[in-house]
Amino acid sequence: MRLPLFFARTHPYKGFMTILSGWFQRLSILAADNKGPWGSGSGSDNGGGDSGGPRNPWAQPPGGKPRGTTPGPSALDEFLKRARGGGGGSGGGGGRPRIPGAPSAGQLWVIAVGILLVAWIALTSFHSIGPQERGVVTVLGRYSETLEPGIRFTLPAPFVEVAKVDVAAINTDTFPDDSSAVTAGKDTDKLMLTSDQNIVDLDYSVRWQIANPQDFAFQIARPRETLRATAQSAMRAVVATATLDEAIGAGRTAMEVKVQQAMQEILDRYNAGIRIQGVAIKGAQAPAQVADAFKEVSAAQQQAQSDISRARGYAQQVLAKAQGEAAAFDVIYAQYKLAPEVTRRRMYYDTMEQVLSKSDKTIIESPGVVPYLPLPGMRRVPSAPSPVVAAPQTPGVAQ
Amino acid sequence: MNRALLRNPIALGVFALVLLILAASTFAIVPETRQAVVLRFQQPVRTINEYRPNEVFGQTGAGLTARVPFIDRLVWVDKRVLDVELDNQPVLSTDQTRLEVDAYARFRIVDPLKAVISTGSTSVTEQRVQDQLKPLFSSSLRNELGKRPFAALLSPERTQVMGNIRAGLQKLASQYGVQIVDVRIKHADLPSGTPFDSALNRMRTARQQQALTIKAQGQQTAQIIQAQADAKAAQIYADAFNKDPDFYDFYRAMQSYRYTFAQDAKGQTSLVLSPDNAYLKEFQGRR
Repeated sequence: MRLPLFFARTHPYKGFMTILSGWFQRLSILAADNKGPWGSGSGSDNGGGDSGGPRNPWAQPPGGKPRGTTPGPSALDEFLKRARGGGGGSGGGGGRPRIPGAPSAGQLWVIAVGILLVAWIALTSFHSIGPQERGVVTVLGRYSETLEPGIRFTLPAPFVEVAKVDVAAINTDTFPDDSSAVTAGKDTDKLMLTSDQNIVDLDYSVRWQIANPQDFAFQIARPRETLRATAQSAMRAVVATATLDEAIGAGRTAMEVKVQQAMQEILDRYNAGIRIQGVAIKGAQAPAQVADAFKEVSAAQQQAQSDISRARGYAQQVLAKAQGEAAAFDVIYAQYKLAPEVTRRRMYYDTMEQVLSKSDKTIIESPGVVPYLPLPGMRRVPSAPSPVVAAPQTPGVAQ
Repeated sequence: MNRALLRNPIALGVFALVLLILAASTFAIVPETRQAVVLRFQQPVRTINEYRPNEVFGQTGAGLTARVPFIDRLVWVDKRVLDVELDNQPVLSTDQTRLEVDAYARFRIVDPLKAVISTGSTSVTEQRVQDQLKPLFSSSLRNELGKRPFAALLSPERTQVMGNIRAGLQKLASQYGVQIVDVRIKHADLPSGTPFDSALNRMRTARQQQALTIKAQGQQTAQIIQAQADAKAAQIYADAFNKDPDFYDFYRAMQSYRYTFAQDAKGQTSLVLSPDNAYLKEFQGRR
C-alpha cells in the first residue's frame, strides 16, 4: 500500500491518479477514514488531475459523492497499455520506453526458460560440502553415494537430493534437558534409584558424533529422541547396579564408562550410525530434600576427625612430658648415686631457700602457741583456704 | 497431432497437464526410509523396498517405481526404527511396592503387508501400529514386572527383565508385521507422594544414624588414644622412678615445693614455721 501512496504524492499525473483513486474507492479499509495520512485533501496534491474526478480520495466520505467521470475499468485499460509500452495514455513519458529491435514474445519465452534452467542447475547441482560435512546422495530416493568435502556436482533436483550431515561436530546432550523449560523443573528426570534403594540426583551429559551418515539418515526415525531415551535408560540401568555411595563418590568414573558402553551397544543394535564419545556425570548428589542429613554426616566426620586429632595431640604432649621428666630424673639420679647424702641435702636446701625467700614467714617459738589472726601475711588472701603449712618435722630426712 | 493443435497454446497446456497427471500417478519415488504396499483395487499385489536384515543402502528396493495409474494405490510404511513410549505406568511388584515405570520399545515394521492389512490400509499405518502396540506393551510390561520383587529392577537382573518383556511383546506384535528391536525401561521410580517421601525419610534417618555412629566412633578412638598415651606415660615414669623409689619421693617433693610455693604460683604464701623445722635446725645453733 505504501508504494502507490508514495507514487501518488510525488508523481501526480492523471493516469496513475485516476487509477489509484478508483482503487482506493474500492478499498473500504482506507475509505472508512475521512482524513488521509496527509490531512484532508487540498487538491494541490492531485496536480493536474481532471476536475470532475475526486481530488483527494481520502477527503471524501465513501460513497458520499458519485464517482464522477473517471470510470475504473477504462483507467485500468489505459494503465495496462502503458505498462506494455504502448504509450497510448494522455500523460507524456509515463510508460516504459520501447526498446527498438526487442525480441519477440516467443524469443522472450525461450530466454526466460533458459535462465530458469541455468538457475535451477546452478542451485541444485553444485553442492558445497564443508570439511566437517558429508553429503548423503539419493537418486530418485535410492541412496547412491556419500559426498566427501569439496564442491561436488550431481544431477539437479528433483532427481538427486543431497542431505548434508555434520560428522565432525561433537554434539552434547545434557540431562536433564536444560534447554526446555518444561522438563527443567521436573525432578523425576534427575532422581534415580540406586541398588540400595536410595535416591540419587544426577546431572550428566552425553557427547556424541555421527559415525555413519547414511545410517543416521535412514535407519532411525527420530535419532535425537532415540539418543536421549537410550542415554536415560542406560544411565538408570547403571545407577541401579551401584550403591548410593558409589554414585556420589568414587564410582563415578566407572559408571561413566559403563553408560558409554551400554549406550553404544544399544545404538549399534539400532544401526543408528551414532558414536558415543563420552558420558560425563557433572553432578551427583543426594536429593535436595535430604541434603541436610548428608551434611550432618560430613559434619560428623569432621568432628570425629577433630576429636581424634585432639586426642593425638594430647597423647603427644603427655608422652613427651613423661619422657622429658623421666630423662631429667635419670640424669639427676645418676649424680645422686655418686654422692647420695650430700646431693640430697643440697637439693633440700636449694629448694627451701628458693621457696622461703619468696614467702612471708612467721616463726613461732613455742609449739603450743596459736597465733591470733589476722597474721600479717594472711591479709592478702582472706578468702583462700588457709595456706598455713604445717612445718614438716623431719622433711625428707628419713634416714 | 497436427500443427494446429501444437500451435494452440490452450490445447498444448491441457495436453501437458494430462501428461503430468499421468506421470505423477504412474511413477513414484520410494526413498530409503520408506517401504510401500501396492494395492490393486484394494487387493495387495506386491511390496516395494521391503525391509531385509543386513541390507546395504543403494542395493535396496528404493528408487523410482512404476504402477498402473489410477488402479494401483501405494500405501506407505516407514522403514526406520520407530518407537512406542509408555509414560508413568503404575506397576505393583511382588513385594507390594508401587512403582512408576517409563519404558520404550523400539520396533521396525519388517512385514509391511501384514502391517497394512492388520491396520486397515490407511495412510497412517505407523501411527496405527503404534496405537495397537501400546496396550500390548503395557500389559506385557506389567506382567513381567508384577512377577518380580522391586529389588530385581535394581540389579543386573534388569537386563533380563527387559529381555523377557521384549520376547513377550514380540509374540504379540508379530501379527502386525513388527519386529521388536529393543525394549528398555527408562525410569523405574517410586511414585511421588508417600512412597517417595518415605524413601527420602529412610535415607535421612539412615544418614543421621550414620552421622551419630561416626561421631561416636570418633570419640571412642580419641579416648582410646588418650588412655593409651596415659598408660604409656605411666610406664615411662614407672620405668624411670622405680630405680629408686625413695629418691623419687624426695626429688618429686622438692619439685612440688618449688612449684607450689613459687612466687609466680597463684596466691601469696605465708608460712608459719616451727623452730623444730628441719630447715631451721641450724638456726637454733647446735645443741
